[in-house]
Amino acid sequence: MDDLTGRLGEWLKGQGPEADIVVSSRIRLARNLGNFPFIRRCTDIDRANIESTVHSHVRSLNEFKDALYIPVEDLDELDRQFLVERQLISRELSDGEGARSVIVDPGERFSVMINEEDHLRLQVMKSGCDMKEAWDTANALDDALESNLDFAFHDRWGYLTACPTNVGTGLRVSVMLHLPALVQTRQIDRVFRSLQKINLAVRGLFGEGSQAMGDFYQISNQLTLGKTEEELIEQVQEVIPVLIDYERKARHFLLKTARQQLQEQVEHAYQTLRGAQQISSEETMHLLSKLRMGINLDLMDAVTIAMVNRLFLETQPAHLQKLKGSPLGTSDRNMERGQYLQSALGPIDQSEPGPTS
Amino acid sequence: MKCQKCEKPATFHITEISSGDYVALHLCADCAEKYLKPKSDNGENWIQKQAKLEQTADELAKVDQKSCDVCGITFYEFRQSGRLGCPHDYVCFEEELEPLILNIHGETEHRGKRPKRPLLAQEQQTEMIGLRRKMKEAVENEEYELASELRDRIRGLEREDPS
Repeated sequence: MDDLTGRLGEWLKGQGPEADIVVSSRIRLARNLGNFPFIRRCTDIDRANIESTVHSHVRSLNEFKDALYIPVEDLDELDRQFLVERQLISRELSDGEGARSVIVDPGERFSVMINEEDHLRLQVMKSGCDMKEAWDTANALDDALESNLDFAFHDRWGYLTACPTNVGTGLRVSVMLHLPALVQTRQIDRVFRSLQKINLAVRGLFGEGSQAMGDFYQISNQLTLGKTEEELIEQVQEVIPVLIDYERKARHFLLKTARQQLQEQVEHAYQTLRGAQQISSEETMHLLSKLRMGINLDLMDAVTIAMVNRLFLETQPAHLQKLKGSPLGTSDRNMERGQYLQSALGPIDQSEPGPTS
Repeated sequence: MKCQKCEKPATFHITEISSGDYVALHLCADCAEKYLKPKSDNGENWIQKQAKLEQTADELAKVDQKSCDVCGITFYEFRQSGRLGCPHDYVCFEEELEPLILNIHGETEHRGKRPKRPLLAQEQQTEMIGLRRKMKEAVENEEYELASELRDRIRGLEREDPS
């Protein structure tokens, strides 16, 4: 687990197609073992048996030979939160009960959650807009898992899942977008409405039920049955260039109508992040979002996108505490976050020109 | 996660931001449509949908007592939780699930990938789930001899697993 601290997962590398707006692409497959009840009706023994069955099969697979096996049940809250912040596990798995675990690729390109809502939740993450590549990887990993696990499959309904909203392909393809200009120009609700009409879901940074912190949004397919995986991916894929175009137009509009104001916002964000004695996670996300847009619009060259991506992750509560090496309360965290940002971005130099120059 | 306004799964996650405050809303597609649509624009279509929903709810009430003979879950329990009890539910509740699945997905036939090798026979898988339930009940009733008998039968079936 400590191996992960101080590194950056695949999805935050800031590389790949359209990486200034599309942060990452993700494929998730839901699978269940056919000879066990779904999680809701599992006894403690069932859960433990599912876990050991999956683990022992996965250990024999070449695709997983370097993988880390993390028993989520045995982790303290800080370590669980750390995995949530890295998007390796869901809140549901973190907050769940009983035997549950996650198998993680050391490069964090994929993970398999065991005993979440379904017995297995395989996810593959890619930096930038790269859904097809993510699907190829997920498909191959699923084939490998299926070579020696008997998944619940029905001729008509496809892969059977605990919730009928996932039945069929069990596929969720999601793309994380950074849309600060659409938020700032108040067009984001209109965009949501149009996405909903074509059966796409919009979520915040940490998936189901989370707030859209730092202007990050996840767009994903809502339907899983009656179409091939490729068709479902295509449905999400084809809307992304449209959203990128909207965001670029909104950015262009802001530059044209309020360049000075925008420049000031970005500069203010940069100075606040460098100078704060204490700062909350929410405010940090908010300011980093401004900074990220500023870099992408060439309004800021003192910081790189890769650095901002790193700060987005490492200023999250659990990461901050893992890096510090000790648990901290909220106000201590806010102090620590201020110090951390200062050392990462460099303290304010008094001889520097002022924010508006 | 359930919709905040009805029992359906929440598929739409909205964050309202006003003067620095966040309010998170979790709604199903229908409630989200109602929430997001301008008030004047949701006349007949929305009402028609509601009527359909109520019809379904009426029908559902009749089958609430129906239960799965393998895992024991009732249709009522499924409706309340939104989660099924075992893979066999898709067989024993097929009639009830079909309109629901059609409502969610607009389709009723899987067209995606299929397992590349023959799986353990459905009957055998179902039998194992049933035995696991019987074993749990035996333990609860402190019938340990029966429980260990059942455990051996499950192990026997597991050994026939082609893997």
